[in-house]
Amino acid sequence: MTFTKKIRWITLASLPAIFIGAFFYWPLIRIFSHALGSEKIDEFGALLLSGSFHQIAWFTVWQAALSTVLTMLLALPVSYLMARYSFRGRRILQILITVPFVLPTVVVAGAFTALFERFGLDGGAFRLRHTVWALLAAHVFFNLAIAIRTVSSFWSGLDPRIEEQAKLLGATPGRIFRKVTFPRLVPALTAAASIVFLFCLTSFGVILLLSGPTRATIETEIWRQAVWRGDIAAASSLAVIQLITVLVMVFLMNFLQRRQSVIENRTNWVYEKPPRKFLAGNIVLLLVVVGLPIIVLLERSIAVGEGYSIQNFISLADRVALVPVSALTALKNSLFFAALAAIFASLLGGIASLVVVHGRRWISNLFDMSMMLPLGISAVVLGFGMLIALDTPPLDLRSSWILVPIAHALLGIPFVMRTVVPTLRRIDPSLRESAALLGASPRQVNRRIDFPIALRALSVGAAFAFAISIGEFGATSFLPRNPDRLTAPLVLFRLLGAPGEVLRGQAMALAVVLMTITALTVILVEGSFFNKGTTRSDF
Amino acid sequence: MLRVENIKVSFDGSGILNECALEVGEGEIVVLLGPSGCGKSTLLRTVAGLEKVEAGKIWWDEEDMTTVPPHKRGFGLMFQNHALFPHRNVEENIDFGLQILRMATTERQQRVKDLLAMVGLEGFQKREIGGLSGGEAQRVALARSLAPKPQLLMLDEPMASLDRALRDRLLADISDLLRNLNQAAIYVTHDHDEAFSIADQIAIMHEGKIERIGSPNEVWLDPGSESSARCIGHENLINLDASGNCALGKLGSGSGTVLIREDGISIVSETTEIVGEVKSAIFHAGRTLIKVAIGDIELSTSTTEPVKISDRVNLHLSHSAVVPLS
Repeated sequence: MTFTKKIRWITLASLPAIFIGAFFYWPLIRIFSHALGSEKIDEFGALLLSGSFHQIAWFTVWQAALSTVLTMLLALPVSYLMARYSFRGRRILQILITVPFVLPTVVVAGAFTALFERFGLDGGAFRLRHTVWALLAAHVFFNLAIAIRTVSSFWSGLDPRIEEQAKLLGATPGRIFRKVTFPRLVPALTAAASIVFLFCLTSFGVILLLSGPTRATIETEIWRQAVWRGDIAAASSLAVIQLITVLVMVFLMNFLQRRQSVIENRTNWVYEKPPRKFLAGNIVLLLVVVGLPIIVLLERSIAVGEGYSIQNFISLADRVALVPVSALTALKNSLFFAALAAIFASLLGGIASLVVVHGRRWISNLFDMSMMLPLGISAVVLGFGMLIALDTPPLDLRSSWILVPIAHALLGIPFVMRTVVPTLRRIDPSLRESAALLGASPRQVNRRIDFPIALRALSVGAAFAFAISIGEFGATSFLPRNPDRLTAPLVLFRLLGAPGEVLRGQAMALAVVLMTITALTVILVEGSFFNKGTTRSDF
Repeated sequence: MLRVENIKVSFDGSGILNECALEVGEGEIVVLLGPSGCGKSTLLRTVAGLEKVEAGKIWWDEEDMTTVPPHKRGFGLMFQNHALFPHRNVEENIDFGLQILRMATTERQQRVKDLLAMVGLEGFQKREIGGLSGGEAQRVALARSLAPKPQLLMLDEPMASLDRALRDRLLADISDLLRNLNQAAIYVTHDHDEAFSIADQIAIMHEGKIERIGSPNEVWLDPGSESSARCIGHENLINLDASGNCALGKLGSGSGTVLIREDGISIVSETTEIVGEVKSAIFHAGRTLIKVAIGDIELSTSTTEPVKISDRVNLHLSHSAVVPLS
């Protein structure tokens, strides 16, 4: 490599490094110094020993554990269906299952609120609203997609002839599952369960809105301490605990995944049609767990008084009391931020992917790890860190709206990298060699082979970054509270918290709009790009 | 014409090609034949410019190509996995090399059409790569390699991923096509049947060297070395003692190995000096392939007569089919 080339390369690589350093790692350092600074260490110790903290920590852990168990139990039969059978509408089902995963947390909370209201479960003998059950249901709704995706894609790679062999040897179906299938599935199950657990541990919006004011997790407590009580030290201490927990989890997951690289013979098995009852059972299950909240949300959004109309949607343009901007303005803000976040994320994530793929080993590993971390760290910690760190020149951005797309980009970069890196790595060297032998110079090979292939992956990643930004709530709830720049999820949060039928109707309509935007983004991406076979994201 | 002079290539210090030499004349198809790992693919990649040469020269006519980068050599290479560009359809794949040559659009379209006709895939222009069958993908890869009219076309085990029936048909098609175009080509394979059916010259590789080169007939009649003989499917290799004797009588002047070609042994009904016991019999294509034990020697031959295991048979040995090997 020539000297100028090297300089150019280093300059390029430093862009994402500086970005993530300034907006992610610097805030983390500030959190640590706030929590563990010399005179604060005693407070930290006291917090660890306090009864209220133990209560919060215990609730955080057990709700996450229970949510995970429930999610995995429900994911198993659907994963089996997706992995082993072919049927009409399979592809559509696959896309529909993925949708909840990208729905904004506030929209999910809205959907469940609507569900409880519709069926009179928000009060009386069968109260679900503001109970743990509401929270668990929402967590299952959310995480079913990621669990099914992880387990079914692994399952479909397992050789079914092994089960057939066991059958021929006289094993009963139950025994085959216990003794033959389950042990081989363990890597995928642990991978899926640990990611679901991590998501539930760092869940924020649904807990805030669904489990009621009396139940707090570490996440919601950070928010309460920082935003309501202004106790930065207490919030920092909680954030440190949350950070360490998450880091340990991520480390464990990496360790587990490294051990799970057993891939059986991957051929295209001939799929058969599923038994009618099994297919029907699965569809009913999905309809109840995933479909019902969405359907009720849609119904509520057009319910006005006793009849139906689109009045709620029209009223989105009106500003209402308690909320400083109209929902429509908030939507415009969100779209603008999401576009910026997608641009930032794809540019920086694209560069970081190049560094990961082509850089020296240690640089590659360093980039891979450090860019992925924002995905694992909770959005609340991210937002809180930015709030307390970016208040001094040259990074005095606390009151600037630009922090919002920056925070969202940090969350989008891992998604971009998770699509682009595997795609770049999968480009067969023989493709580049073939191009060279057809007369393409190295520059032409880059332009005509690597770039177009990577571009597809990049646009998939950008679309995910866009969808995440549109619905982001945790980090945004800490960031500049300039009323004109409120995002749609923040407005939805306020609308859901406010009483009154008119506001509730508007909330439902806004939730439907947000859901439509995110779902459409993902459906477009899943439907078109994933079909081409050149790009497959690894998350 | 291509001339490879004493090429040396090694990976991580271990020699892959050693003093390797080869010539390919105008319109000639040279088959590189050898077991996997003998360096034949490396030789191909070296000629293409994809591997670094440590010593030796590669010439095209009077031009030294040794350090010319691959995209300026004007050689084509068809990979075993076809390496079709997944983000381009059939037409765009074939067009790739033509775009680089900056040909006019209409001219390019016509050429793509002609090439598709040539490989028997008329109307395939807009097909996506993912939807092609193995045989179709292979034909597209061939068309793509031929598009920029390479002065030399190299094919790396092009039949490896195809099933038997398809292979025989495609082999004949490729052979006809290359001859009609008078295309100089190097064809790599480990299958001796494939090699004999397409080659003008067969070059047998062993441990990074070309051991024997000649027309199919020459190579078959006299493979030269033990490893070459095995490589092209000869089975009757006999070790002789110091005086040139073995259980079949005196076959040489001293110790060494000789080949008895299958055409030199036959089972006869009259009594002969050589009597053996049938050890195995496999029916194949109207003949019975048998192994016969004579003393400590086992010979492979075939017969149209009905024989079964443990039969004692009389053998006739034609001394013109006994070839000394090095």
